[in-house]
Amino acid sequence: MVSLVIFLPLVGAVLTMLARSESAIRWSALLVTSATFLLSLGLYFQFDPGVSTQAVPQMAQISDLWFPDSMDIKYFVGIDGLNLLLIMLTTLLGPIVVLSSWTYIGKNHKPYYTLLLVLQTGVTGVFAAFDIFLFYIFFELTLIPMYFIIGIWGGENRVYAAVKFVIYTLVGSLLMLVALIFLGYAAGDAINAGVFTTDWYKLVAFNMPLGTQNWLFLLFALAFAIKVPLFPLHTWLPDAHVQAPTGGSVVLAGVLLKMGTYGLVRFCLPFFPNAAQDYAMLFAVLAVIGIVYGALVSRAQTDAKKLVAYSSVSHLGFVVLGIFAFNVEAMQGAMIQMINHGISTGALFLIVGMLYERRHTREMSDYGGIAKSVPVLTFFMVVSVLASAGLPGLNGFVGEFLILIGSFSSTSLASPWLVVVATTGVILAAVYLLYMVYAMFWGTLDRDENRDMKDLNKRELGLLIPLAVLMVVMGLAPSPFLAKSEPAVKDLLETIETKRLAAEEMASSAQALPLTID
Amino acid sequence: MDSASLIYAILLFPLAGAAINGLLGLFMPSWRKQERLIGILGTAMVALPFAAFVVLFLSFDGNASITRFFTWMAAGDLTIDFAYRIDQLSLLMGLVVTGVGSLIHVYSIGYMHGDDGFWRFFAYLNLFIFMMLNLILGDNLVVLFLGWEGVGLCSYLLIGFWYRNLANSAAANKAFIMNRVGDFAFLVAMFILFREVGALDMSSLIAAGSSMDPTMLSLAVFLLFMGATGKSAQIPLFTWLPDAMAGPTPVSALIHAATMVTSGLYLLARLSPLVLLAPGVMTLIAIVGATTALVAATIAITQNDIKKVLAYSTVSQLGYMFVATGVGAFYVAIFHVMTHAFFKGCLFLGSGSVIHGMHHVEHELAHDGHGHKLDPQDMRTMGGLKQFMPATRMTFLISTLAIAGIPLLAGFFSKDEILFKAFEAASFGFPAAWFVWGVGLMTALLTAIYMIRAYVLTFEGSPRWPHADTLHPHESPASMTVPLWVLAGLSVVGGFLGIPAVIAHGDLNWIHHWLAGDHGPVAERLFDGHVALAMEWALIALGSGVAIVGVTLGWRWYTRQGLAFDDALASRFGGLWKLFQGKYFVDEAYDKAIVRPIIGGARYVFAPFDKYVVDGLVNGTAFLTRALSFVLKYFQTGLVPSYAVGIVFGVVLIVWLMLF
Repeated sequence: MVSLVIFLPLVGAVLTMLARSESAIRWSALLVTSATFLLSLGLYFQFDPGVSTQAVPQMAQISDLWFPDSMDIKYFVGIDGLNLLLIMLTTLLGPIVVLSSWTYIGKNHKPYYTLLLVLQTGVTGVFAAFDIFLFYIFFELTLIPMYFIIGIWGGENRVYAAVKFVIYTLVGSLLMLVALIFLGYAAGDAINAGVFTTDWYKLVAFNMPLGTQNWLFLLFALAFAIKVPLFPLHTWLPDAHVQAPTGGSVVLAGVLLKMGTYGLVRFCLPFFPNAAQDYAMLFAVLAVIGIVYGALVSRAQTDAKKLVAYSSVSHLGFVVLGIFAFNVEAMQGAMIQMINHGISTGALFLIVGMLYERRHTREMSDYGGIAKSVPVLTFFMVVSVLASAGLPGLNGFVGEFLILIGSFSSTSLASPWLVVVATTGVILAAVYLLYMVYAMFWGTLDRDENRDMKDLNKRELGLLIPLAVLMVVMGLAPSPFLAKSEPAVKDLLETIETKRLAAEEMASSAQALPLTID
Repeated sequence: MDSASLIYAILLFPLAGAAINGLLGLFMPSWRKQERLIGILGTAMVALPFAAFVVLFLSFDGNASITRFFTWMAAGDLTIDFAYRIDQLSLLMGLVVTGVGSLIHVYSIGYMHGDDGFWRFFAYLNLFIFMMLNLILGDNLVVLFLGWEGVGLCSYLLIGFWYRNLANSAAANKAFIMNRVGDFAFLVAMFILFREVGALDMSSLIAAGSSMDPTMLSLAVFLLFMGATGKSAQIPLFTWLPDAMAGPTPVSALIHAATMVTSGLYLLARLSPLVLLAPGVMTLIAIVGATTALVAATIAITQNDIKKVLAYSTVSQLGYMFVATGVGAFYVAIFHVMTHAFFKGCLFLGSGSVIHGMHHVEHELAHDGHGHKLDPQDMRTMGGLKQFMPATRMTFLISTLAIAGIPLLAGFFSKDEILFKAFEAASFGFPAAWFVWGVGLMTALLTAIYMIRAYVLTFEGSPRWPHADTLHPHESPASMTVPLWVLAGLSVVGGFLGIPAVIAHGDLNWIHHWLAGDHGPVAERLFDGHVALAMEWALIALGSGVAIVGVTLGWRWYTRQGLAFDDALASRFGGLWKLFQGKYFVDEAYDKAIVRPIIGGARYVFAPFDKYVVDGLVNGTAFLTRALSFVLKYFQTGLVPSYAVGIVFGVVLIVWLMLF
């Protein structure tokens, strides 16, 4: 079933390629993504957090057809607490992105929807893979469709943005590939009878010597930090967002960025626990800088889409901080914040896109007072803004609160002051987000073109209502979602701790050894 | 009905009211015209919880009960339930919030009549009540915080209710952001408490208080107080409240006088056993409260906008409540919260009635062709309204006397008790309280004067608006005057809930018993000694005397000289008057010292830094790579001879390296 959820969009991509008419293309894309979402609901309900995934993921599918026996590379996918919600987010955003492109995309319908579907397969595969080589293939697979989506259907500067996006990501991921191959051989020699392996479970079981850990950790972490993006590696993001069509932005913010934070959790922490611990402070500091810095730069923007783009830098900073706090509260906060950010920022990009479709401008000064002409759109905007600003009762608060309260008690992060600084992000979020609402929605409606704007149509309502409902549900009752990931997060943290102590012991006994011989 | 279902009802009615009026109004434009339906629904959704509170109050057996609905969030050691606490404190606050809230809903039916945002108004108001109830009933700090930020949101929405005027929206933003500064402190306090205690529910926190590291405890209490200064408009975070008057007047009465702004006091009373363990912070609270009371009173005396006077008066009265908190008399703070809800609610609604009347005059003037412009809130163009608005005038007068502290009215009892508690604290080893007591007494005098000034300038004398001989405002409809009379009545009798021991020759102080008695949740600072009986009487005489002198002086000055007296004061006090009138230029200072540096920094430092330095490095790297490849590409010519030359050179080089 997991494979079906991964590859159904790819089948859909073939369908859209074969489709004759414009509407057949759109409808088949919508149908396939909706069907995928419904299928993935099966995953959600079938997944039982009570069943341990420490030896094998749930609903696992393994086949080793692809590679010779001399290499232990498999097609290995499955579900555990770490990826379930992210896969759900991906499949949920699928039909939403298709619907958001319904009228926005004005040219080359066929390749657009085909690429969109390929992209979904790539992202789902990234999250579902339990073989890191397979992960890598999917990871790279997402680059190509996104490159074209930005490069063909983007704004004025689309080629620059697309190239920057691809090269930036490639720099990181190629370094990761080197590290990955090194890791596979090292682990193979140590625990897999000399056979190169990329099986996640085997790699987690393998204890890397301390010195090598540092290098491999940094190579992996760099690739993911670029993807997140972590300050100061973030500048590809605003360019990509502003140039990408709405659908592209929603996928980008909603799930593509999460491949970075997910990679940190899934690979960097359990593979290289000592290095991760040693570098925790560095990453936490960069994350906190990102929170404050992203918020301040966001406030300075005049382009609404760019403002929302920089807000992602700030919000993802919270996630990274939570990941490197090494405790259950903060890590759980990070997990749920990934989902929440996808929902609320996704909604913000959708709304900015809807305004762009009406007025063909993203400059905030071109608007003003439009609450009068588009009250329903305003309602959804205000709800999304509040969710994004972390108002309790809506989803954004849950993640931020858990991350901050967990990080504050963290023994890995040396200073609670860091968390205090991060908490100022709560004030700053209100500053830049309310400014956007203030500048665009309140005041007198003094331009004719704004006065004649149409409010949301049924399709647009259909896009925003599910997201708004989720903001409220996940704000007031996040526990069922948190419960899905908690056991896995606990296991992960325990594994990390055990491995870390073991490696330290090994290192100290290795040091002690020559002395005893003497 | 059992209490759990009553609590369900209490919380869900206002939420349902907000959802129905809000969503129907949003998606069904025909609903927006159903003023009567909207108003009745909105009011019922607050009146029913009030009835439920009455039932709970009457059947209360003295023991706190906690009702858990479901888990909000759980991760690791942290579990936050939607749990609600019924005890003496939350019952009293609940009665005030839903009681005064119901009256203000009724009033709003008349006040907002004809406004095209009628539906929105009632939806916001109901949402506010829901959030306020979360704040006072929440059994852990996080649910309390949900209410805390929720009321802040409603305050934002209602201050900016008339969003077509961008100034209103700016005031709304200011209120929200300033409150968030306080909320930031609140959050950090929760982080500290969770780290130290491992839980955030009230009982665990209070139980852990004495075993906590005193420094951490003091820090947490200090941060909670900082949060309170945001919500309850104290120095340094008070400047949002006067601007918040941009909202419709019922909002000013409900949110910015009677309920939301008292949340800070509620929070500190709720955690009073913890606050008592941080005496240093308490001293700070008392001093900040007293200073705020005086500063705001001096500003109030110079304002001409009737709502601004009341706004600064609210800041000042909240200062009194912090004084009570700071000297350890938490129950007195709550007592003043209650009486203040009555008389300040009445005053704000009265001012709304006046504005309603003057609005009519403004409207008539605008259409008579003379181009007269009238600010319906400016007292300088009012005067003599008593003949046109008798009910408004009478209720306004009653509540003016109540806030001034005229004996036996509500404000007299609560304010006197605050001053007495400060005196008591000062006498028994809390020297800072002398300052607090003195400032409190001085502020009491100023309060009487500025309130009488506002009353006289509005209602006495002769009308000062253009064409006053022919153009008359009308009294407001019954939906507005009935709530006024109810609140005025409460302003008369409300104080008897807290009769000081000395007057009744025995302990008839109900509110003390209720809140701080054997089972009461509110702690108090106890002193090893008593103020002598004669001294107590002397203090009561002093307090009454100050109020009476203030009222009499104000009455004589302003009935005889009217506005001219302001000018006389202005020329007499010169620079000082300008300072007061300019609101101590705090807004300007904040703007220069904080707002501009942040916004300017974002625009002129951080954004360019991002564009030219961070991104510049990225593009610079790309450029270098391209430049390098530009050079290198000449080596990759595709011509076999040039490769051959290269190979030869290479071989020579390797051989050379191997040989030497």
